[in-house]
Amino acid sequence: MSLLHLVIILPLLFSILMIFFKRVQRVHTGWFVLPLPILLFIYFLSLLPVTSSRETVTEAINWIPSLGINFTAKADGLGLLFALLITGIGALVVFYSIYYLDKAKEKLPSFYVYLLLFMGAMLGVVLSDNLIVMYAFWELTSFSSFLLIGYWYDREASRYGAQKSMLITVFGGLAMLGGIILLYIMTGTFSITEIVGNSDQLYQHSLFIPSMLCILLGAFTKSAQFPFYIWLPDAMEAPTPVSAYLHSATMVKAGIYLVARFTPVFGESGFWFWLVGGVGLITLTWGSVFAVKQTDLKGILAFSTVSQLGLIMSLLGVGSAALHYEALDDNIFLVATSAAIFHLINHATFKGSLFMAVGMIDHETGTRDIRKLGGLMPFMPITFTVSIIGAFSMAGLPPFNGFLSKEMFFTGMVRVTEMDIFNLGTWGILFPVIAWIASVFTFLYSMILIFKTFTGNYQPEKLDKKPHEAPLGMLIPPVILVSLVIIFGFFPNLLSDSLISPAMAAVLPSLIGTGEEFMVHISFWHGINIELFMTLGVVVLGIILYRTLPKWKGVYKKIPERFSLFRFYDRLLESSQSGSYRLTSSYMTGSIHSYLVYIFAFFIFILAATLIGQDAFKLDTVNVSSIGIYEWVLALFVVAGSISILFVKSRMTAIILLGAVGYTVSLFYVLFRAPDLALTQLVIETISVALFLVCFYHLPKLRQYETRIRFKLTNALISVGVGAIVTVIALSAHSNKLFDSISQFYVENTYEKAAGQNMVNVILVDFRGFDTLFEITVLAIASLGIYGMIKLRGNGRKEG
Amino acid sequence: MEILMAFVIGILFMSATYLMLSKSLLRIIVGTGLLSHGAHLLILTMGGLKRGSAPLLGEHADNYTDPLPQALILTAIVISFGVTAFFLVLAYRAYQELGTDNVEEMKGTEPND
Repeated sequence: MSLLHLVIILPLLFSILMIFFKRVQRVHTGWFVLPLPILLFIYFLSLLPVTSSRETVTEAINWIPSLGINFTAKADGLGLLFALLITGIGALVVFYSIYYLDKAKEKLPSFYVYLLLFMGAMLGVVLSDNLIVMYAFWELTSFSSFLLIGYWYDREASRYGAQKSMLITVFGGLAMLGGIILLYIMTGTFSITEIVGNSDQLYQHSLFIPSMLCILLGAFTKSAQFPFYIWLPDAMEAPTPVSAYLHSATMVKAGIYLVARFTPVFGESGFWFWLVGGVGLITLTWGSVFAVKQTDLKGILAFSTVSQLGLIMSLLGVGSAALHYEALDDNIFLVATSAAIFHLINHATFKGSLFMAVGMIDHETGTRDIRKLGGLMPFMPITFTVSIIGAFSMAGLPPFNGFLSKEMFFTGMVRVTEMDIFNLGTWGILFPVIAWIASVFTFLYSMILIFKTFTGNYQPEKLDKKPHEAPLGMLIPPVILVSLVIIFGFFPNLLSDSLISPAMAAVLPSLIGTGEEFMVHISFWHGINIELFMTLGVVVLGIILYRTLPKWKGVYKKIPERFSLFRFYDRLLESSQSGSYRLTSSYMTGSIHSYLVYIFAFFIFILAATLIGQDAFKLDTVNVSSIGIYEWVLALFVVAGSISILFVKSRMTAIILLGAVGYTVSLFYVLFRAPDLALTQLVIETISVALFLVCFYHLPKLRQYETRIRFKLTNALISVGVGAIVTVIALSAHSNKLFDSISQFYVENTYEKAAGQNMVNVILVDFRGFDTLFEITVLAIASLGIYGMIKLRGNGRKEG
Repeated sequence: MEILMAFVIGILFMSATYLMLSKSLLRIIVGTGLLSHGAHLLILTMGGLKRGSAPLLGEHADNYTDPLPQALILTAIVISFGVTAFFLVLAYRAYQELGTDNVEEMKGTEPND
């Protein structure tokens, strides 16, 4: 157990300690939790020099070595970047939650247990080198996120949102497990490092595309990409610290992490470029267009998260094209990957601060509805400052960090048009155009977020509380985040050497040799270029659209609800429930008759198919014995008796006919030289008929029973089929005798070894005495059962 | 002889199946009775018929019929008798408690009704 393992496990261990903090009522539980993420953050900072020099920290513990599953923790540039985000924002969120959640009203220990579980799971995902271990942590994030979304479980909407996110992310998680197993089949290892090392041979393998699709399905569902984004807006029912932490900064980026992690494995394929880039762009546009429609502040932020995740995803897709250009110098597609990583950090800072700001507005006014809010600027000046910085950064305005990553995003997209691979040709122009349109909408909803909330008419009559500034403790975390927004905006190269360059080395390892470095240089001023004009266009068109918003917002109402993906999900869930209910109730009728029909029909079908398929029917007339007159008579008797049972009206006749058939069978035993059988059969038939008659006497004397069986074609067909199959099998089996009988042994040894002359009896009690022992047991059980049935009565269980 | 017996057994199975698909509990039991007759005769037929004298060493014959199927059938007869007896009493008790011997009326109440 190394320090790195301990760091991953520590939040999980700490969550157990929460039991003890239940006792402490006076101090808010969050204060006990707060030191942990801070300590972890400091530890991860101490690893920065290691990863900046392109070293990795790898530690392994054996878990199930025989299956190749070991808990291998590995911190490289990419993993460390995520670990810093998780612990840093985790510390701020815990601090914020101390002021956000009331210690008297809320069940705090469970909140922090879930949060710590999540933090540990997330660290496990980004720091595991073994795919199975990563998958285990991956599902733990889904699970703890489910618990956190449903934290206020007495609300219907919370439970709905929690269930929805669980179903969608677990669906993706299972697909990812499939992809992992396919990768294992191809490479024979679960280690990401080894898979990346062997990625050249994978490209030709027939399972390459299926495993890629499965892994991408996991990434897209977790990161809320189109069309799986629908769980994210409903997850906004969680407490705001959870939304800020899980649904903006960390969990939704697990899919981004996965795509970045697997870029060296799959990135050379054109499929990867089109899928990741294309889905990312669709998500970006779709999310930004629908964010404008929302009236709930957290709804806007949810759709904007979807949209920004799409942006990062599309950049990763485009960045994978860099793998095709071997040269490190002048590789114009590298900028897309560095933009993705840069925007990943930026998004975590500004989206975290925006969520916290919205939480404060909700906390101080009692509503998040944009139609009730307005004119809050004089009441909440600090919240306003935080929000405007966050929103301007999100919209991509200078001098904040969002501006820089937006410029790099445009650069990356414009360069797609210069690409000469993947049959891009004229389609390449779509990339910058779509990206530009999406940016206009991003600008638009960022403006709506700010100006509809803080400017305009103050409507005190619609608010439950008199608004005032949030407490100082609640303000500290978002202020720290927006300071980072500004610092990264002015000094972007703080990040480029320490975080972005090592992370790029992890995403595109094949491009650099030992000792080389990605020279990521983010300049604040690019000069007058096409990206700058695109940003200007975004601002101008965005302002025009914002001014004319009331005139065209009606367009959204024209989109029919029926085509909404949310509605589609509900329909799918409903119809799969009602469909499976209908399916089950259609064949599980509760009637013995139909079950017997299924069983017999299956019996006929399987045997007939096997007989025909194996060409097994054979009729051998050489090896048969002769038929005498007695046999003919007895055979006719059995046939006549058993058939006439079907047509008799009275059951008395049926019982007598059954007896007649039984006695004829015992005559058959006489003919076929089986004296013991004949004896037993005679006695037992007599007792059976007597029993039937006893039963008959007690049965109801109702008219309906004194009729013959009503003829039914299905029943007739099935019974004829059963009879025919049995006959055919009997004939074929008789004609295919493979070995002689072993009975010569019994004939020779019955007297020699067992001192008896009746071979059948000697077999029953000597050679095969165990059969007889348990047949006696069967009779004993039957008689005890009969006694019990007659004597024991359920007391008071009769109803009515 | 074996071919004739195969057809006789087939007809026994057919009648048994038809009876078991009916609604009356008593007819179903009659069906199981016919089915066990068919099965016993099948075992005997598959062992080969009329290949010598009865399996008693006192006969001093050159050739005996196969004793093994007979031992198997004897066990089967006793077991099917035990089961039939149990089943009959069960039907009798079911009629006493439920007032019907129609299996279609013996459906349990649907849990979601």
